Amino acid sequence: MPGTIKGRVWKYGDGVNTDVIYPGKYTYKNLTNEEMASHALEDLDPDFAKNVKKGDIIVAGKNFGMGSSREQAVTSLKYTGISAIIAKSFSRIYFRNAINQGIPAIESSDAVDAIENGETIEIDFKNGVIITAKGNFKFPPFPDKMLEILEAGGLVNYTRQKLGKK
Amino acid sequence: MGETFVQKVFSKKVGKKVVHGEIVVLEPDYVMSHDNAAPISKIFDKFGVEKVKYPERIVIILDHTVPAPTEVEASNHKLIREFVKKQGITNFYDINNGICHQVLSEKGYALPSKIILGSDSHTTTYGAFGAFSAGIGRTEVASIWATGELWMKVPEVHKFIIKGKLPEGVFAKDVALHIIGKIGADGATYKAVEFTGEVAENFTIASRMVLSNMAAEMGAKAGYFLPDEKTLEYVKDIAKSDYEVLTSDPDAEYEKIVEFDVSDLTPQIAKPHTVDNVSPINEVLGTKIHQGLIGTCTNGRLEDLEIAAKILKGRKVKSGVRCLVFAASMQEFIKALKKGIFETLAESGCIIMNPGCGPCLGAHEGVLAPGEVAISTANRNFKGRMGSREAFIYLASPATVAASVIEGEITDPGKYLL
Repeated sequence: MPGTIKGRVWKYGDGVNTDVIYPGKYTYKNLTNEEMASHALEDLDPDFAKNVKKGDIIVAGKNFGMGSSREQAVTSLKYTGISAIIAKSFSRIYFRNAINQGIPAIESSDAVDAIENGETIEIDFKNGVIITAKGNFKFPPFPDKMLEILEAGGLVNYTRQKLGKK
Repeated sequence: MGETFVQKVFSKKVGKKVVHGEIVVLEPDYVMSHDNAAPISKIFDKFGVEKVKYPERIVIILDHTVPAPTEVEASNHKLIREFVKKQGITNFYDINNGICHQVLSEKGYALPSKIILGSDSHTTTYGAFGAFSAGIGRTEVASIWATGELWMKVPEVHKFIIKGKLPEGVFAKDVALHIIGKIGADGATYKAVEFTGEVAENFTIASRMVLSNMAAEMGAKAGYFLPDEKTLEYVKDIAKSDYEVLTSDPDAEYEKIVEFDVSDLTPQIAKPHTVDNVSPINEVLGTKIHQGLIGTCTNGRLEDLEIAAKILKGRKVKSGVRCLVFAASMQEFIKALKKGIFETLAESGCIIMNPGCGPCLGAHEGVLAPGEVAISTANRNFKGRMGSREAFIYLASPATVAASVIEGEITDPGKYLL
């Protein structure tokens, strides 16, 4: 996980669920990473997958990722190149899946209210600050266990390290 | 200060006293996956270990796309059959068994005080048996296969007291929808919910499974009932391993206690496109429907099929309306078959399908076209969930779905139960 990231914002509302992020009809189709990315958010914003750029940041309201445990709801977004997700809150399994894929999932209601769709924001992980046009917003540090997973680049690498495989 | 069931289960597992909010590393008793065992096995391959750590703790049940609708799913199933053979995983249930949550329960893995994790959000269902069970992601399951362990937070507990007397024609599903409508889809996020009160206690095991299943739609990590005589009666002859009966102390600490009096409850409906968009049935009466779905892990057990048959007996599914019936498992299917329930339902015009998830997640077996409206006993109604993103899904009890397919519009089942 880099110390600081900077990216353009795609902003959405409350309750963005796993079916609109990655529809169930694709979940057992063994798609490639690129194909998965091309369907990301297609039932909410069909323009997203066409126009998203590496490093972009998703910003959303309450309960982001509610619904299914399907990990493709995280990986399809990851393969679009997004660098982080900021939400007012996350559904529990989605939050775990994001961390396990090495995608920082940050909760900050104040930052979400302040951030405008399309603006470029900065996230300073070392100091736990989101830097926006309307001001800076602190977020609490990740618990040690999650930080270890994020720093390993996700749960696959973390587990490999634990098993003594480099 | 006493302890909650959650504290006791986690303390027993990690061998020391835990507090709510603490992060622990533990070895779950069982880890469940379904058709997603295929991609999970590919993640497992990345770890560089030959064998899973505890084959006896792994349960795999094929249910999401059964029988395989295309070559892709068929190849996934084949991969899984080869994987379980190679790994010596004997707790494998092929496509003729039913939906993972029902099968895992009736095969005796869902037991009091067990910690069960699964790569499916409705893994919360086993809380009906006094287990602590929670959904996790695919990579996490792969990691447990390799290491046997996972980190978890000991959740705070919300106690939901369901009291009063449930009126005729109102069921566990209506109670679940009512609660979700009141607290919202994130009303219990990260929390464990303890269902208690006289109504919860009087529920059958099948009805308790409805509430525990739908705890996922409250955002909850787990949704459990403290084990009682009904629980022990259910598990006594089928238990796959030893278990302990753990309950909450009377002076245990809850983050929140909420009372729901259901004495005046009417049938409830979750409207498109979120499960917490709930209203009493009178606000949506007369909404035209194209398809009814009775079944799924939420409402595909004998008592659900029985009430549907009671309503549909001697009546017809309205012309132009389809009604699909999926038993939750082959065991429930055979029970219903022997009781003549499928004869009644087939005569009324229902289509009797094989036990499995069916169109609930939009994969196959009766998905919706643009502009179509379905009423379903399943647990989710998100946009695109059952196929087209331009379709509309209403969620209801089996009785409400049965009454609605007769009239071709959303109908209160009350008059058919007199």
